[in-house]
Amino acid sequence: MTEQQPIISIRNVSKRFGPVTAVDNVSIDIMPGEFFVLLGPSGCGKTTLLRMIAGFEMPTEGQILIDGQDMAKVPPNRRPVNMVFQSYAVFPHMTVEQNVGYGLKIARVGSDEIKSRVAEALELVKLDGFGARRPDQLSGGQRQRVALARSLVMRPKVLLLDEPLSALDAKLRAQMQFELADLQDEVGITFVTVTHDQDEALSMAGRIAVINKGEVAQLAPPSDLYEFPANRFVADFVGSVNLFEGKLTLDEPDRAAVECEGLGKVYLNHGVTGSHQSNVWVAIRPEKIYLHVPGDGKAFRAAQEDAPEGYNFARGKIRGMSYLGDITLFDIQLESGAMLRVSRPNLSRRDQEDFTWDDKVSMHWRADSPVVLLS
Amino acid sequence: MESWRTAKGMFAAVATVPTLWLIGFFIVPLGIVWLYSFGTNASLTEIEISGTFSNYSRALDPLYLGILWKSILVAAATTVICIVVGFPVALAIVFSSNKWKPWLLLAIMLPFWTNLLIRTYALIAVLRREGYANQSLGWLHDNLGGLLPLVGLPAPGAYEPLELLYNNFAVIFGLVYVHLPFMVLPLYAALDRLDKSLIEASLDLGAGHFRTLLAIVAPLAAPGIISGVIITFVPALGAYLTPDLLGGPDSQMIANVIERQFKRANDWPFGAALSFILMYATFIAIAFQAMKSRQAEARQ
Repeated sequence: MTEQQPIISIRNVSKRFGPVTAVDNVSIDIMPGEFFVLLGPSGCGKTTLLRMIAGFEMPTEGQILIDGQDMAKVPPNRRPVNMVFQSYAVFPHMTVEQNVGYGLKIARVGSDEIKSRVAEALELVKLDGFGARRPDQLSGGQRQRVALARSLVMRPKVLLLDEPLSALDAKLRAQMQFELADLQDEVGITFVTVTHDQDEALSMAGRIAVINKGEVAQLAPPSDLYEFPANRFVADFVGSVNLFEGKLTLDEPDRAAVECEGLGKVYLNHGVTGSHQSNVWVAIRPEKIYLHVPGDGKAFRAAQEDAPEGYNFARGKIRGMSYLGDITLFDIQLESGAMLRVSRPNLSRRDQEDFTWDDKVSMHWRADSPVVLLS
Repeated sequence: MESWRTAKGMFAAVATVPTLWLIGFFIVPLGIVWLYSFGTNASLTEIEISGTFSNYSRALDPLYLGILWKSILVAAATTVICIVVGFPVALAIVFSSNKWKPWLLLAIMLPFWTNLLIRTYALIAVLRREGYANQSLGWLHDNLGGLLPLVGLPAPGAYEPLELLYNNFAVIFGLVYVHLPFMVLPLYAALDRLDKSLIEASLDLGAGHFRTLLAIVAPLAAPGIISGVIITFVPALGAYLTPDLLGGPDSQMIANVIERQFKRANDWPFGAALSFILMYATFIAIAFQAMKSRQAEARQ
């Protein structure tokens, strides 16, 4: 790949509000055409970061470059970015058409061109025919499309979206996730989205920056974030996870072992770059633990082939079950007393009848499933 | 809340006292004055309700219509200045930090704690020939005037005090001073409700601050502006004390004329007719406001 210039370059940016540090020395490069997501819990500073790109907040320290230009002295109305607000901020006293055409009118675009570009933008967000409506005659999802069209019609270099789907109901949200991703593909504009919803982030993003307490906890594509979390915060925040503290007892280039409190011996078929006997954490996703159906010898043998005997194996009692349709979640109390969360896909229609409360069960996981975390 | 139909006893208990109060001290006196406006002076102390319209036809004399028209102009000028001054003040309070807001609002309301008469006399102290305004200007004139030759301009002569009192300027200045809080408070209420992200969205789409103010903030604050206009305009139109104390011989307003009819001229029927003409003018203004604000609400 040729060396590309980032469309947005955030360099050592910090933002302090009085004694509170909202953003702490963050550096991120966002490439043209990317669907970039800032993911984090509420109050982590992700929205402040987005507002600094838009120009509504000024960094206390550091530099933000858009398309190679320093934005320090550029006010929001002169920046080549547009924002879709969390509340959508659709002007209530204007029709849909007037809303979408507002920016073009200010840019002194001719009225014929405004008309055609507004129509084009409304078609893009599937709102053709709604031009004469007023915002109070629209549903939440439609208002959001108006906000989208209003920004897209400006042909910005970067579109900023602040929690774009948080005000929609679950079904609509899922649909809009796909539509946003499609739309981004279609217009080719760089999208930077802020969200606290990990499903939203995973499904839409090309790359995700997980923000914790104003710092970047990890910056990676969705699957890396989920399968190779860099630290406990990311492992826990993205998806659900079983976390156990342990000591590294074996660490060679092709294998490693951790003695975990509560979970027992964990074997890995790859090395860990940690020092011997150091404290580490083992993270295992619930869906990567296989629950053995009584009498199913095949799964049991598979476990033994994958790891030395006594490793990656546990017994326990089912303490809780929640049937979610596509999967069933089990809370299993191990013999050590520790709790383990296991999920099991319901591959056939009677799978949920295999287990019930207080069943004694055994389970195993593959040697490449656990992730060892050093921090 | 329960409908008054289903809780008649409760409703009666709550409503009787205020209703009687309003009837006894508002409707009845107003009715008496209304009747007077159709009467004639029978003697020095007696008024005969003769059903004549002569008081009204006298009130439509160009002399009085001129004063009424002038009162409307003065009240309108007051209202416009109050908007121009009050809008930035209200905006500043809305965008100030939460720590400061209550104090700034308090500062706006503080003048209400002082008697109007005292405030007006204080204005006289500021505006008169040897008042604080002229003193300050004179000081600036004497001290900075010496600098003018340095930049090549001729040195000014002795300071000539400005005539700030007993003219129309003083009346409008005084009315603005008195009525500004009435404008700022409804404007503040309307602007405070405004979703701030609408302003940011406008800036984000390329509009400058002034454009945003005109295209987004002002239309959305329209109900507040209209109620501010009405509660400034109506009392300004009927202002009595301010033009009486601050005005010159040609700056009397309709309320001063009415007062003179009731007191010095002892022509109560004519004063009553003038009062009602003023009241009709006010009603028309309020009806106009109600119509406008309904339109504004329908638009939102």
